Amino acid sequence: MENIHQLRAQREPEETLSMDPKKFILWLFILSIIMMFASQTSAYLVRRAEGNWLEYDMPQIFWYSTAVLVASSISMHWAYLAAKKDNFKSLRIAISITFVLGLVFLWMQFLGWKALVDMKVFFVGNPSGSFFYVFTGLHGFHLITGLIVLVLALLAAFQLRVHSKNLRRIQICTTYWHFLDILWVYLFFFLLTFN
Amino acid sequence: MSSLETGIDITKVHDDDHAHHEELSFWRKYVFSEDHKVIAKQYLITGIFWSIIGLAMSVIFRLQLGFPGIDISWLRPILGQWIDESGKLDPNFYLALVTMHGTIMVFFVLTAGLSGTFSNFLIPLQIGARDMASGFLNMLSYWFFFLAGVIMFISLFIQTGPASGGWVVYPPLSALPQAMPGSGLGMSLWLVSMALFIVSQLLGGINYITTVINLRTRGMSFNRLPLTIWAFFITAILGLISFPVLFSAALLLIFDRQFGTSFYLSEIYINGEALPNVGGSPILYQHLFWFLGHPEVYIVLLPALGITSEIIATNSRKPIFGYRAMIASIIGIAFLAFIVWAHHMFVSGMNPFLGSVFMFLTLIIAVPSAVKAFNYTTTLWRGNIRFTPAMLFSIGLVSLFVTGGLTGIILGNSALDIQLHDTYFVVAHFHIVMGAASAFGLFAGVYHWFPKMFGRMMNTTLGQIHFWATFVGVYLVFFPLHYTGIAGFPRRYYTFTSYEFTKSFTDLNAFVTIAAIFTFLAQWIFVWNFFYSMFKGKLASKNPWQSNTLEWTTPVVPGHGNWPGEIPAVYRWPYDYSKPGAKEDFIPQTVPHSQTPESNLPHENEEIAIEKDIEAQNFNDQFKNAH
Repeated sequence: MENIHQLRAQREPEETLSMDPKKFILWLFILSIIMMFASQTSAYLVRRAEGNWLEYDMPQIFWYSTAVLVASSISMHWAYLAAKKDNFKSLRIAISITFVLGLVFLWMQFLGWKALVDMKVFFVGNPSGSFFYVFTGLHGFHLITGLIVLVLALLAAFQLRVHSKNLRRIQICTTYWHFLDILWVYLFFFLLTFN
Repeated sequence: MSSLETGIDITKVHDDDHAHHEELSFWRKYVFSEDHKVIAKQYLITGIFWSIIGLAMSVIFRLQLGFPGIDISWLRPILGQWIDESGKLDPNFYLALVTMHGTIMVFFVLTAGLSGTFSNFLIPLQIGARDMASGFLNMLSYWFFFLAGVIMFISLFIQTGPASGGWVVYPPLSALPQAMPGSGLGMSLWLVSMALFIVSQLLGGINYITTVINLRTRGMSFNRLPLTIWAFFITAILGLISFPVLFSAALLLIFDRQFGTSFYLSEIYINGEALPNVGGSPILYQHLFWFLGHPEVYIVLLPALGITSEIIATNSRKPIFGYRAMIASIIGIAFLAFIVWAHHMFVSGMNPFLGSVFMFLTLIIAVPSAVKAFNYTTTLWRGNIRFTPAMLFSIGLVSLFVTGGLTGIILGNSALDIQLHDTYFVVAHFHIVMGAASAFGLFAGVYHWFPKMFGRMMNTTLGQIHFWATFVGVYLVFFPLHYTGIAGFPRRYYTFTSYEFTKSFTDLNAFVTIAAIFTFLAQWIFVWNFFYSMFKGKLASKNPWQSNTLEWTTPVVPGHGNWPGEIPAVYRWPYDYSKPGAKEDFIPQTVPHSQTPESNLPHENEEIAIEKDIEAQNFNDQFKNAH
């Protein structure tokens, strides 16, 4: 017993954890989005297991849009590295590229919807099609919020408020954008596997 | 790494320091306030407003149940056309009243009113923080709730009436406007209101979790947190994980209603005509709904249990029995809450094997719940009990928790539940264990922290009268309902007069209604006491209950930032009551062990060595660091 007490006395007192609260808030926000999509995809699986399920092939364009979104994640990471090195020119270019790629992605998703309609897969009809529109639509909605965050970061970059000593904004932006990318990749492979 | 980053920030932020000393305008100070204490009071008063409406509704439909066909034309000034020429309550509006009573009490009163009030008020005060992690999000959270309330309130007054399909709003009843008047515009407003409410809860919950993890003061390690904070913390995690699922359920229901999708609808005939919807599953909605719905029960109950732990320890003048077991049982209950949802669906035609799995998991909840009941009792055992109103309500909560918990074991068995499903037995069970118990936690919290909120004391005698009337009233209302439930009375029925077997229960139903009116009237004692004491109550001292936690080290009415000067450091756990050898029967958390050599245990003497280290730690002070 004595030894244990001595050990305890020698131990350093625990420092209260202090992560940046704003970043922590972002992670919790991401967690709530994960829960929303987790519930939707499980609903999809439960419903699919009951049968009466319309099967169709995913339009080709979703492969390309996935590639575009992955590319935008890379340019986002480039922006982060540029901010870290105080390289303002590449920072602005990289954020702009990410923003444009984000827009292209949204446009391609829209084309994907059109392709689905051509295949006679509608939002109103068999739930297998409805779910596809809901997943892509909800993800698209979150991507629009990501684009808004990007615009704010771009404005901050032009006003030189993003630099190696003030990385919080760009870090939040990067984390959120990567999350949206990973989320889409998950949805893409999910829909591909369980079509 | 992080301390380096904050080190850089300090110099930068000092320039905006003056912002904290500016006098705020009336609107920014009392209406669109970012101060957690003001937001907590806003939640509390909104909650009181909604609880009066919700309880009044229950009295109205109880009148119909106790005295079928009673003439209530005197209510026509409020209910208008919902009372027909002969003075009877419209059956459709009866369903609306039941639905709205459930929605309002579960979400607006016991979720927002309880968690919103006490998480906001106590988290920063008890962990030693200046305010919430984000005051702006916190303000937003309240105003989303307010907006949700406004929309729900409007839905009460539209011509087709508010949502009427029960608070669970199962499709297809809720999905088809043709099904009943309440499934028209009223249901749409219900969904919009709930979507806003979910956003409000997520914003609030994210803030609570972040604050508890990141903004604790020096020395406030997790094993020194008051049990209130543990309960609020776990509750917020439950909400964060389960509310998005309700959002999904509501979203798909909105699509089914507004755009004609078939997530929940399949092969429905109305007046002989087939609807176009094919391929949906109404059971899917039940799964999604109850994945929130079951944790929601604990979102409502856990804060009440946390408040009770704190109040029972303080007023027994004893350390809480089994501090770690209490934390473990909170975590255990929270974990189990997510894997028992299908026990609400035993009669939905689910696979009986799956049913027995859910039954098994459900019954395990009895273990952590029993740990809590035992720990409350053992804390009270041979304590030096002070029967303040808060203490009475806490003991009342333990009583209700045990009574309602026992019927939970009965209902958790799928074989028994198939008999009792949707009867008044279920109504009695959840009203006692979740409704009344949580309401008792809310009352206990208000009586206990009223002095810190308003700087005045509530009247003790009136509080005690309020307790006894409510305690007796609740049992008189809900105990007989067990019998009617076993006899086979189904819930949500407008009247039972068409069945022979119900005849012998007429008197019992009338008795329940009279008890409900009595209990409702007793609540006005509280309302009067609350508002009178706010302005005219006896002035409070700094620490009227001689309690250990940090909020009692602030000035009588804490101002912006809670502590003038530095935030205190914490050296011990919050339950050093009646410690052998100590001069007084309580030692606040801010008293270092070096000042209490007479009462220290051997291992506490060794902690004196690390007091200097605690003092040297990062302040976590939002006024000094960037926030």
